[in-house]
Amino acid sequence: MKFGQVATCIALALGLGMLLSGTAVASTLRISNGGQVGSLDPSKVDGDWENRVVGDYLEGLMTEDPAAEAVPGQAASYTVSPDGLTYTFKIRDDAKWSDGVPVTAADFVEGMQRELDPAAGNSYAYLQFPIKNAEAYNSKKLADFTQVGIKAVDDHTVQYTLGQPTPYFLQELTHYTAYPVPKHVIDKVGNDWIKMENIVANGPYKPTENLPGSYIHSVKNADYWDAKDVKIDDVFYYVLEDQTAALNRYRAGEFDILTDLPTDQYQWIQDNLPGQAHVKPFLGVYYYVMNQSKAPFSDKNVREALSMAVNREVIGPSVLGTGELPAYGWVPPGTANYPGDQYHASWQDLSHDDKVAKAKSIMEAAGYSDANPLKIQLKYNTNDNHKRIAVAIAAMWQPIHVQVELFNSETRVHYDALQSGDFQVGRAGWLMDYNDPDNMLQLLETGNGNNYGRYSNKDYDALVAKERVTQDTAQRSAIMHQAEAMAMNDFAVIPIYYYVSKNVVSPKVQGFVDNAKDIHRTRYLTLTP
Amino acid sequence: MLSYTLRRVVSALPVIFIAVAVSFFIMRLAPGGPFDRGRTLPPEVMKNVLAHYNLDLPIYQQFWLYLVGLVHGDLGPSMAFYDFTVTQLLLLGLPFTLTLGFMAFLLAIAVGVSSGIFAALHHNRLPDVVLVLVVMLGVIVPNFLMGALLQLIFGVWLKWLPAGGWSSSNPLSLVMPVVVLAWPQAARISRLMRGSMIEVLGTNYIRTARSKGIGERLVVVRHALKPALLPVVSYLGPGLAYLLTGSLVVEQIFGLPGIGKYFITAALDRDYGLVLGTTIVYMAVILLLNLVVDVVYAWLDPKVRYR
Repeated sequence: MKFGQVATCIALALGLGMLLSGTAVASTLRISNGGQVGSLDPSKVDGDWENRVVGDYLEGLMTEDPAAEAVPGQAASYTVSPDGLTYTFKIRDDAKWSDGVPVTAADFVEGMQRELDPAAGNSYAYLQFPIKNAEAYNSKKLADFTQVGIKAVDDHTVQYTLGQPTPYFLQELTHYTAYPVPKHVIDKVGNDWIKMENIVANGPYKPTENLPGSYIHSVKNADYWDAKDVKIDDVFYYVLEDQTAALNRYRAGEFDILTDLPTDQYQWIQDNLPGQAHVKPFLGVYYYVMNQSKAPFSDKNVREALSMAVNREVIGPSVLGTGELPAYGWVPPGTANYPGDQYHASWQDLSHDDKVAKAKSIMEAAGYSDANPLKIQLKYNTNDNHKRIAVAIAAMWQPIHVQVELFNSETRVHYDALQSGDFQVGRAGWLMDYNDPDNMLQLLETGNGNNYGRYSNKDYDALVAKERVTQDTAQRSAIMHQAEAMAMNDFAVIPIYYYVSKNVVSPKVQGFVDNAKDIHRTRYLTLTP
Repeated sequence: MLSYTLRRVVSALPVIFIAVAVSFFIMRLAPGGPFDRGRTLPPEVMKNVLAHYNLDLPIYQQFWLYLVGLVHGDLGPSMAFYDFTVTQLLLLGLPFTLTLGFMAFLLAIAVGVSSGIFAALHHNRLPDVVLVLVVMLGVIVPNFLMGALLQLIFGVWLKWLPAGGWSSSNPLSLVMPVVVLAWPQAARISRLMRGSMIEVLGTNYIRTARSKGIGERLVVVRHALKPALLPVVSYLGPGLAYLLTGSLVVEQIFGLPGIGKYFITAALDRDYGLVLGTTIVYMAVILLLNLVVDVVYAWLDPKVRYR
């Protein structure tokens, strides 16, 4: 071939490539998805970036609507027994895997068995513990899975039996821990069912390529029961943890949605990309725990003084700059099943100066002074924002005779210290797993592995236990309010702010509904060219 | 020649063993484990997880199992990425990291050597000053900032290049990562080249060559270049090692599928298998490069062979 011919071929190929990519852009959604997805196996994941991919290709009996409320997904209908213990689901007739095989009840049972398998050690298995005997099976106290409260009544009927009525159970079924898995594929290839060449989807998108460190690519599943309403043809979930780089690529038109934003450029985004930053309340609390198994934090007064002296009003607007909401209570605003007023501390409305004065007098009554300050170590996991907050709070505590030594370590080391009780005051955060106050309240129960501060109050534990078996919504809510107030009045923790979700959404994307769970399934989105 | 090569290979084996052992035990000694996260695992479940990865065995037994696996070419499972084994992850990413590293290497040599010569020839005049400034920029601006700046200029404002990402159909996506990676190395090579060229140009034999009336170009190319290149050549080994292992930031900013980032992320995640695997792969690559360099030296200089 002569040089001229080669050049012509290359030019043609390039032109064709540009044409193809030009036509594909119209319906390809490109999400900057944060961290690298650890697995496509729903029992192996625990991050919101993983949920975005897994929840687009697998669908539970219940799924999220655009506002992330629970609605039937693979289920055509369901009934709940009057005692609230038995949930019976009919699977849709048109529910199919992407290889054309119908979705059956056995797929849901298989999914649950894999989730609860004690040998697999799945970190989120506990979310399904409301199911009867699930906990016993997961902790090897029970070897027979047929004793666990999930049953394939027939091919199209799944029945769950709960240990006790759980008002948020439908919510829990939207979670990936309750997703079905393709039993017919697993029977054939075992754990390799998750490999690209074997993977099948019952959700709106099917993964076709996974390039670790770069992206996962999923394409529309024509066999999905609601495929006719799915507008976007394919999705790229990009791996990118550098927020500045992500914003640059968004501005270059390479991304349609950013799932986080560089905090220091929030103002710039508001000024230059008006309406594109979506900073909204998100179900989670950023807080400090105090180790109450040891002095001085076994003393409630010290905890009270420390909590009172934290000027929460400046953290969101000034220290972080993204407007996180100040937290005085434990259950984030917007939490479902929780009618009634938010917790309001008796000292909340005092001016900051008055709060400091009061805190100071409490500390002085406990014997602390400038000559004899309370010396504490504050631990946080290495991160710029955690550091800024720690420095600010250390300064807020100085006037009440508290001398703070800051101690930072990597995440694994930090949580290892919190779990083993090797700390005085430590940073923690909790993003809710299911939209119900119980998910927050359980964190302060005696013996809960995530109760780092070792807060222990029998009356509180009793209230939480009672809330779990109360079916009347109003009554249950009242009990939970009582429990929350009890823990807050005990200064069990120092809540600092309620998290916000931080998305940047291109004006091309339609159907993006802000919600407190920050779940936005691709099937509801459309792209205007 | 062959026996020299064999000797070198054999002497590398204890080095590999010691490096594996040191990395293995340092990782295990570090506080925190792969499953210490924000959400505590129930003790029973934790026990199961540890057993699944053999982490409940005495550490010497774990080490033995690891060595046995290694000899069979099995680098074990990753504790953070369940869908791939460590071997698969590295096989997917290594070709990419090598491509990126070698391209940056070639660019750094080409730019470094030519700009160094050019600056030396215009010693202390305007072109020299300008080049020194550009070169210094590569050394003092950290690559995460350089990456973001180039993204902004060429990706966002000018729209000449993709601002990031990797697509096999678009080689242009490699331009910025290669430039960012190569710049500091090009800067170092350029400084070495400039210094040694200035020195060589001041020697007697160059003055002799000039006095014979040979043109400036011939003087530089035929007489000065080779001796002036010596310090640069000796720098290339460590320079290449740096390029291959230093791609972490570039990979993260541009969202590239290489293995450089595992060095940091896997260590922070306490993903024991992946950290060790990455270390071993890099060690093997660097030992191999050293071997090649040594063999080339031996071929050039017989004295080395018999020492």
